[in-house]
Amino acid sequence: MTVGIVMLVHTALDRAEQVARHWTASGCPVVIHIDRNVRRRTHRAFVQALEGDPLIRFSKRHRCEWGTWGIVAASQSASELMLKTFPEVRHVYLASGSCLPLRPVQELIDYLAARPQTDFIESATTADVPWTVGGLDEERFTLRFPFSWKRQRGLFDRYVALQRRLGIRRRIPAGIVPHMGSQWWCLTRQTLSAILEAPNRKVFDDYFKGVWIPDESYYQTLIRLYSRNVESRSLTLSKFDFQGKPHIFYDDHLQLLRRSDCFVARKIWPRADRLYQAFLTDSAHAMKKTEPNPGKIDRIFSKAVERRTRGRPGLYMQSRMPKHGFENGITSAQYSMFQGFAELFDDFETWLARATGARVHGHLFAPDRAEFAGGQTLINGALSDSATVRDYAPESFLTNLIWNSRGERQCFQFGPADNQAVNWLVARDPNAQVSVISGAWAVPLFRSNRNFGEIRKEAARLQKIEKEHLDVLRSYYAKARVRIWTMAEFVEAPMEPLQTIVDEIGMVHQRRLTEAPRMVDLSGFGQFLQNLKNQGMHPYLMGDFPVEQAPATAPGTPRKPYLVR
Amino acid sequence: MRVRRRYRLLRAARKSFELKPFQDHTGAIRKTDVLLICTMRNEGVRLPYFLSYYRGLGVGHFLFVDNDSSDDTLDQLAGQPDVSVWTTTASYRRSTFGVDWVNWLARKHAHDHWTLVVDPDEFFIYPFCDTRPIPALVDWLDNSSIRSFSAMLIDVYPKGRIDAQPYLPGQNPLEIASWFDSGNYTIKRNKTYGNLWIQGGPRARMFFAEAPEQAPALNKIPLVKWHRKYAFVSSTHTLLPRGLNQVYDDSGGEKASGALLHAKFLDTFTAKASEELERGQHYANSMEYRAYAERLKDNPDLWCKWSEKYINWRQLEILGLMSKGNWA
Repeated sequence: MTVGIVMLVHTALDRAEQVARHWTASGCPVVIHIDRNVRRRTHRAFVQALEGDPLIRFSKRHRCEWGTWGIVAASQSASELMLKTFPEVRHVYLASGSCLPLRPVQELIDYLAARPQTDFIESATTADVPWTVGGLDEERFTLRFPFSWKRQRGLFDRYVALQRRLGIRRRIPAGIVPHMGSQWWCLTRQTLSAILEAPNRKVFDDYFKGVWIPDESYYQTLIRLYSRNVESRSLTLSKFDFQGKPHIFYDDHLQLLRRSDCFVARKIWPRADRLYQAFLTDSAHAMKKTEPNPGKIDRIFSKAVERRTRGRPGLYMQSRMPKHGFENGITSAQYSMFQGFAELFDDFETWLARATGARVHGHLFAPDRAEFAGGQTLINGALSDSATVRDYAPESFLTNLIWNSRGERQCFQFGPADNQAVNWLVARDPNAQVSVISGAWAVPLFRSNRNFGEIRKEAARLQKIEKEHLDVLRSYYAKARVRIWTMAEFVEAPMEPLQTIVDEIGMVHQRRLTEAPRMVDLSGFGQFLQNLKNQGMHPYLMGDFPVEQAPATAPGTPRKPYLVR
Repeated sequence: MRVRRRYRLLRAARKSFELKPFQDHTGAIRKTDVLLICTMRNEGVRLPYFLSYYRGLGVGHFLFVDNDSSDDTLDQLAGQPDVSVWTTTASYRRSTFGVDWVNWLARKHAHDHWTLVVDPDEFFIYPFCDTRPIPALVDWLDNSSIRSFSAMLIDVYPKGRIDAQPYLPGQNPLEIASWFDSGNYTIKRNKTYGNLWIQGGPRARMFFAEAPEQAPALNKIPLVKWHRKYAFVSSTHTLLPRGLNQVYDDSGGEKASGALLHAKFLDTFTAKASEELERGQHYANSMEYRAYAERLKDNPDLWCKWSEKYINWRQLEILGLMSKGNWA
């Protein structure tokens, strides 16, 4: 008893020849089907090369086009020839010219001999499998497909749409339930002959001729009628990407394939010399006798598909440039934007760095330069601090900065005096943590030594800009974690907000804060605001500040740093 | 757009009279060969490594345009069976910086071939390039119905003065210029042609800090399954028809892409920059070379603390400069 190989070939005939010889060398008969589309001269040379081998036969040729009946017809005639010519065959294994046996053929023979009644074929009902191309799963069986998907794509799509709209459905023949699965199977003589010799085979054939991609459903469906023992998996390792094309194996997959323990893999790049050499020089490279275990390969290929369809969040590059709303992560990591804190606290940056362990930048979008942490002129990724370069593409600047410093939390200061071009990007970004003390921009003005007329003008400008920014942050589209306090609110009880922010950054501190940043002396600030009001410029973003000194400040004594025990 | 494409092709045909065949081995091109088209001038010193690098990657045939070299370029190429050469003394600028010549050669010889268009100082890197030759890549692209492959220009530079280490013929330039900028690139969309416009890197950082909008474009699409109706518009940055420029995914995924390591900054550069400035044959009034000459006087060090040392394609992949896409 042995295994018969039915081999469908259409390209890379030299490799097919090599593999066919490999099978027959271990006593497995091979029936080869050559696609009708293969040129006559190539075909003749191929047949001549293999003709001397008593275990090789060539079956009637059909024209095979992807997704059409030809492939099933090819496997039918080849299987019939196999069953007729080689009576010692118990299992028939369907393979292609680009399949490569990974384990010694004898192991496959032994494996199948130990399971004489088992049919290995992946077969699942359409409702249960997600791997279909073009959204056609159940409709493969109920619509008609007279047009070629490859050559007449437009007609194909339009005809499908038309049938959907008119609600035309084909009748599925009585007695069968559509199943689908990998087209590469290994069936017992009993089952296969039952399918091929069925009295109503013509009914089924006629029906499946109109089904889309019948090679993935013909045997998979009929098996359920005749088989006594279906093992629903394919012995051929074959991975498909998101477009339904098989992944290809190359020389560098050698170790991976060795460890897969699968019997046969497809599809192999025809010029992968090392693979063919390693696996076709028998038993020296024998793998241990274990059950097939393609887990690792699975992972690699599913990761590849995910990279192609989802990509790396927050990455913008030559081959990934998501349009608005399709970013799948506007930035690559979480970061914090602080507005008004550096104005209200003298040592906010150093304090924050100490409290959280994050990298704390100054005003990254300041008008003169990007104030990187530590006063650096360049930063990760050779990103420059030049304001001209930054303002040329401010959004790229921010996404680059976050991408370049992956693994390290970034915090930066922001304010109405800075370049406002990134406001929408930050507001839409769920990775952003935005904390705003509104109106704190007035503090530097308050402490400055400028003419009051100038201050008034500047205050009006900054208030307008901040108001617009707050509108963005409060908009319906904002996805960032936004916290906004008026300055009056914040000064009243600064510890609680600070604690929340630091907890959320959550890097170093799990305990309560023991140290607060040093707040600037605000005595006289209320009066300053009143003066602005008296000049006709109404500052409202900082909330209600009493004209007289804030009650929290003990009159006369300079403010001391907070200490909470 | 069709008009623009026709115009390009017409120009190519007109400029084809400037090309004189010096050595025509195009009869030896086989149906499945990957071709390489390159325009150059006085690059004899780079040729030996260039040829061996691309032969190693599996390029089947080289098509060179020699723009009036005065060094041993032609002697080196003479007699090589996989090299065809055309010479011209005509103006580089008036042939749209070589684009017309390249379009013509591609139209004439590269129809239905995968075609790589690079400069002599550009080294093509793609996913798995250390284990899989270019034919593996183009087979995969064919299988995936992809017609063009993006490879962004990444400038590599030495640590220290540019002229500190002399470059010798046959030497791998990456031994000297092995550093690059990893994360200061800006991307804009070009609405007219549908391609991306990438700028940045050490040239933008050092030479164009005052005028970043003038920094050279780094987006390139050097590998195309050529059709006689295709045309490059400006260098290999832009192609027509526009569909070829769609080398990026805009719904969040990553398409496969590579990189062109641009080893311009070797000791040969200083001489080249002053020569090119004199000839005035380069893009936008040789503005780029003007900027170089300006800065090169004080011999700047392009290297900085955050420069990355080039290791392999996997490093570029991790840094997000290129992507494997769904090739695994």
